[in-house]
Parts: sequence; C-alpha cells; structure tokens
Amino acid sequence: MEMTGAVLALIGSIIFFLSALGLIRMPDLYNRIQTGTKATTLGTIILSIGLCLIHPEWTGKLVILILFIVLTNPISSHVVARGAHYSGQEMTDKTVGDALTEEDKDKEGTP
Amino acid sequence: MKMKTALISVVLGLLFWFGLNGRLETGVLISGIVVVAIAAAFHVKDAVFGDVKFSPRAFIAFIAWLVVFVGELIKSNIDVMLRVISPKVRINPAIVEVKTKLKTPLGRLALANSITLTPGTLTTDIKGDSLFIHWIDASSTDVEGATKAIVAKFEKQLEVVFG
Amino acid sequence: MADQILMVAVLISLLSIGVILIRFILGPSVLDRVVAFDTAGIIAISVIVLLAHMLERFIYVDVALVYGLLSFIGVLVVARYHERGL
Repeated sequence: MEMTGAVLALIGSIIFFLSALGLIRMPDLYNRIQTGTKATTLGTIILSIGLCLIHPEWTGKLVILILFIVLTNPISSHVVARGAHYSGQEMTDKTVGDALTEEDKDKEGTP
Repeated sequence: MKMKTALISVVLGLLFWFGLNGRLETGVLISGIVVVAIAAAFHVKDAVFGDVKFSPRAFIAFIAWLVVFVGELIKSNIDVMLRVISPKVRINPAIVEVKTKLKTPLGRLALANSITLTPGTLTTDIKGDSLFIHWIDASSTDVEGATKAIVAKFEKQLEVVFG
Repeated sequence: MADQILMVAVLISLLSIGVILIRFILGPSVLDRVVAFDTAGIIAISVIVLLAHMLERFIYVDVALVYGLLSFIGVLVVARYHERGL
C-alpha cells in the first residue's frame, strides 16, 4: 500500500515537471495557461490520492484539499485569461482564429 | 428556493467542517452547527443552489458527469503532455465561440469549470449563452463544430442536474 | 524504499519550481509572471503535503490549505487589477 502511494506521488511530481516544461516552451500566454496552471490539477489529485493510501487517517483533509484545488484552479486561470485578453495581450502567430475580438468589434460597430 | 439553498449550504458546510476537524464530538458538532448557520445566513438571499434538482435521475446524471469528467481530465492531460515533450511544438490555437443550452448561472459555472479544467480548452469569457474558448488544437473554428467538439460531452449530464 | 521514492518526488517537484522561476524571470509581461507564480504555488502546496508526511506532522496539511487560499486570492487580485483596476 505504501509502495503504491509513493509511486502515485512520483507520477504526480513528473506531471508537475512536464507542466513546468510546458510553461517554458509554449510561445504565448494563453498556451502557457493551458499547460501550466491546469495540468498541475491532475498532478495534485494523483499526489494527494497517493498520500491518502500512505496515511488513511489523513483522507478527510486531503479530500478537502483536492476539492479546493479543483474549484479554485479553473477560476484563477479563467480570470488571468480574461485579464490578458482585455488588456490587449498579443497571441502567437500560429493562431488560426479569434472569435472574441471579432465579437467585440461587432459590438462597437452597432450603436 | 431559499429553503433548498439553506439546506444544501448547511449540509455542505457541516461536511466541510468535519473534514477539517477530523473527529466527531459534541463540542465540535455544536460549534460547527453555529458557525455553519451564521455562514449560511449570509448568502441565503441569493438562492445560489435554488436550481439544483433532487431526484434519482439527477443523481445518476451527476455520477455520469463525474465519470465523463475524470476520463476527459486524464485523456486531455496526456494529450497536452505529449504536445509539451514533442521536439517541435505542435499547436494550432484559436479562440472559438460555442453556444450552451444551459440556462441557470450554476449550470453555466459548472460547464465553464469543466471546460477549463480539461487542458487544451480554456474559457476566456462568457457573454449570455455563448462561451469564448481558447482551444489549443482548433479543428473547426465555426460555432456548430466547436460546440459539438467541446460542449456536447458535458452538457447532456449537466442539463439534467442544473436545468 | 517508499521513503526514497517520495524523496525523489520532492526533488522533482522542487526542480519544477526551479524551472518555473526561469519563466518568472524572463516574463515578458506581468501576466506571464502571474501564471508562473500560480503554477509554482500549486506545486508548493503539494511539496508542503509531502513534507507533512516526511516530518510526520499532520498540522502541515492545514498550512498547505491556507497557502493555497492565499495564493488563489493573490492571483485573483493581480489579474483583476491588470484588467481594469480594482
């Protein structure tokens, strides 16, 4: 049991490392949010499940920690993305479409 | 509506309280009920949980949503990880517009959070019934195609639970 | 054996925080740094939970919860401020 938990914790930390790598490699802010702040959610879930297996008496608090991460993480990345868009953050050259900017232009065009 | 909100807040608050305390004793129970009642009194007028449906069908739909969600979470994480470690960064990003059929604020919140938590899609803004989503691998930029690819898999279950 | 694996997990997590610091220094914009800070914060929560196991102190899990709350509020405040002021 302890062994399984330790291996799960190792898998979680490898996911952390890959998302840190994504933060370095991605070309613009939106893609960094994709790989950075959200891939860590799965890492935290796996690592906490691993620790639940090692210490069954900690399960209650670790479940609260998982719920907390799952509820707050999308909100913070959504707020950062929206702030980036409305403060005029550039998108990478590879971008193939931007419906939100077009929508905003339509609104301004029709009084 | 208000009764339902109060009931759900008190039950959720008590579960949270016992998770934090980790033991069942008379003192902990009494102080927990007092604290949770005060906290619930603050937001009972907003009736945030008023739209949640209680029925066996809603419960089954909730479980089904959980299964779909965890499956998508793992699948999309592996997909994004493969993009990160591939020697050349393979991305094809776009902000696409999708339409949702969900009417209630809580349902839209759950949908937007499910979309955001699966890596590869990120809710950038919500205006009325359209969600603007940054998609790391946009296979179609029109509204119908994107809706089918991103929203449809979560919407079916959430519609039963939140209406 | 399990303890050695957990040690490796802690080291990999700390290494990822080090890699994220590169993005934190490079920037280029404020929000890039906010994203780097957010990611580092979530990883730090997990490191604190792992330390709680290694030092056999259950109370450190509460520290991780409070740290997560504070870093969430910090990210929210900075991003909102950047959008249009508080």
